[in-house]
Amino acid sequence: MTELIEEYQLLDAFWMTIKLTAYSAVISLILGTILAVMRVSPVRIFEWVGTTYVTLLRNTPLTLIVLFCSLGLWGQLGIELASRDSPTFIVDNGFRLAVLGLSVYHAAFVCEALRSGVNTIPLGQAEAARSIGLTFTQSMTQVILPQAFRGAITPLGNVLIALTKNTTVVAAIGVAETAYRMKAIAEFEPSLLMVGFAIVALGFVILTLPMGMLTSYLSARLAVKR
Amino acid sequence: MQRTSFRLAAVLAAGALALSACGSDDGDSGDDGDGTGAGGGSGDGITIGIKFDQPGLGLKDGNEYTGMDVDVARAVAEKLGFSEDQITFVESPSAQRETMLQAGQVDLIFATYSITDSRKESVQFAGPYFVAGQDLLVAQDSDIAGPADLDGKILCSVTGSTSAENVKAEVPGVQLQEYGTYSECVEQLSNGTIDAVTTDDVILAGFAAQEAYAGKLKVVGAPFSTENYGVGLNQDDDRCEDVNAALTELWEEGTMEQIIDDNVGAAGFTPNPETNPAEAGGHCA
Amino acid sequence: MSDTTRVLFDAPGPKARMRYRIMAVIGALVILGLLYVVYGRLEEKGQLTAARWDWILDGSAWTNYLLPGIWDTLRAAAISIVLSMVLALVLAMARMSDVAPLRWLASVVVEFFRAVPVLIMMLFMFWFLVHRGWFPDSLNPMIGVVFGLTMYNSAVLCEVIRNGVASLPAGQREAGLSIGLSPAQVRRTILIPQSLTAMLPTLVSQIIVITKDTALGYLILYPELVTRARQLGSAESATLPAYVVAAVLFILINYTLSKIAEAVENRQRRRNRSAGKVGDANEPPPVAPAIVPSGGGHGGFGG
Repeated sequence: MTELIEEYQLLDAFWMTIKLTAYSAVISLILGTILAVMRVSPVRIFEWVGTTYVTLLRNTPLTLIVLFCSLGLWGQLGIELASRDSPTFIVDNGFRLAVLGLSVYHAAFVCEALRSGVNTIPLGQAEAARSIGLTFTQSMTQVILPQAFRGAITPLGNVLIALTKNTTVVAAIGVAETAYRMKAIAEFEPSLLMVGFAIVALGFVILTLPMGMLTSYLSARLAVKR
Repeated sequence: MQRTSFRLAAVLAAGALALSACGSDDGDSGDDGDGTGAGGGSGDGITIGIKFDQPGLGLKDGNEYTGMDVDVARAVAEKLGFSEDQITFVESPSAQRETMLQAGQVDLIFATYSITDSRKESVQFAGPYFVAGQDLLVAQDSDIAGPADLDGKILCSVTGSTSAENVKAEVPGVQLQEYGTYSECVEQLSNGTIDAVTTDDVILAGFAAQEAYAGKLKVVGAPFSTENYGVGLNQDDDRCEDVNAALTELWEEGTMEQIIDDNVGAAGFTPNPETNPAEAGGHCA
Repeated sequence: MSDTTRVLFDAPGPKARMRYRIMAVIGALVILGLLYVVYGRLEEKGQLTAARWDWILDGSAWTNYLLPGIWDTLRAAAISIVLSMVLALVLAMARMSDVAPLRWLASVVVEFFRAVPVLIMMLFMFWFLVHRGWFPDSLNPMIGVVFGLTMYNSAVLCEVIRNGVASLPAGQREAGLSIGLSPAQVRRTILIPQSLTAMLPTLVSQIIVITKDTALGYLILYPELVTRARQLGSAESATLPAYVVAAVLFILINYTLSKIAEAVENRQRRRNRSAGKVGDANEPPPVAPAIVPSGGGHGGFGG
């Protein structure tokens, strides 16, 4: 078993999964927040952009989004996220394109999660904020968003868990994470398929179970008492 | 309330029945009209496994099958006494070829199938009918003439392929980009994002011969390995030597050259003269 | 969006209106600028030539690739949703059972299949079957796809059923017990049926998740829409355009499904006030009055 882990670099693969998750989580949280604010903003075109973004991204399979990042952004538009002279150009570029793909996709879900968080806030809060003369930006940053984040912990946690599992999709553009290794095991060492699957599955249970537990703990702890 | 839930359950159950029925239906007849398995190995037709997505070698477009492997398969089947309409083509993806032969789902496989010792443990091979070699596909104006020139360049291959790893072992400075299929690699090559694609020369020639890439891509033509393409058969199949005889005839008649030129010759590709014509024989069980 | 959104800011005065207008113009310019740059780059790379796209008008691209792809996508999705429902019911019964070991076992199963990525399950099942050779080869990818989707979604739907039962008024259960039904009978004949009717909107939105997730079959050669698009792109030497068309088709299919989900939800809400409200697995029911309308909160996380 240790042989299998070593030969197919499963630890590296899981480290890659964790890195992909961490970077994408941060970027999608930021992007998703911006989108959520756009969707409730007074400027119609921002609202429209936010809505369109969510509709398009949420309904496209992640596989295609990741492929578009590699074949479209890199291949056609020539956007390179690493220096071409670097000896690790392909690895870095592939990783960053993967993070980009994962981030833009999950940002749509973060946006929806935050909107549901906004929903938990009583109308009176927004009215009170307005009545004491806060501007849109002020009431957003000081009244609405802080409560929205706390109210959206459960859906946000669900997005994080989904993101962790969805990192497997980037095998499509050759990023060496768990699904990529799993495929290699299946092809070259069929006899070890069961063990390989057990290790990978267990790894994901270990990764996502604490996330689920932390989510329920935080949502209970940080819930806005009403 | 009660009635609603009954209705829901009924709808679900009916749906399940309908779907599973249609699912198994399609399983038996194959949704593309290519009888899968059911007719394979028995009856008076012949079932041949080919690639469905390899331009120039085995490509399925509706009910049309084209490519070098397809034409060779047709010619061999004819010599074995099967007419065109007795042939059933099915898809045989790389990883599943041995199991398909062993399970008797196909009679013959013509699918860029390299003869190797480990495969010979589970199936038998007629042929080789063609000797391919690992080569590079590059842009028409590229100065890459072989693996040695790849230092610092970007080479593309498919995930799980060992051919790119072999190059990497020889030229450590090369960077590997991997995709799910060669067509994605070729797409990236044609827009100048990557420098070369590697796999068997004839597969590369199939892409280079596509109309859209006319004058844009070329096969370097310095193969650095030999891949003996054989015809896969079940180990108990006694037609192996007949297939060998058919293949030898095809080369002697000049039919084989014609097939190669028709399918993959458009971008100036010719089979490696050192290894072709291939000498069929010696691999039957 | 409806006017409820407007509680977040005052009706703009002349100055604010001017400011918004300026921001809108700047925003529009930025978007147009981006689109122009993209257009320029694609033009430069020769992506916008007729030769790259004219196969769309070719009937055979549709009859041989795209339509069969849509069919196989929808078929796998439909089979998976039906199987997931059945399995979810079984799991939910087991999780609420009076037999403790059964409850634990079901919990472990549910947690396990919720934690393992669908793609990993598909890869495993597919390769397992390939090496075993139990079924004709053409069936293996389909079984792999359906297996992965069914396992994950039945775990998710099981939890939805359980939440639905939990959210029913306690009186329902008590009434059942008081007329002499056993706890298991109460669950089977009173609680779960109500939970099921109430979860219909969730079910429809889960269909979107499943439809989208069939695209993972791409890695095990299931001939769904993405795989067909790849073959089409290979045959027409237009890989990227073929993927773009596949994406557009996916968006159209899923958008239609999400509209259906919304309609079902509205109908349900009007008709069925007595049943317990079962929230979307990912979205708590809105606390009225809401600041933003919650409509269209569908489409899950899958790949």
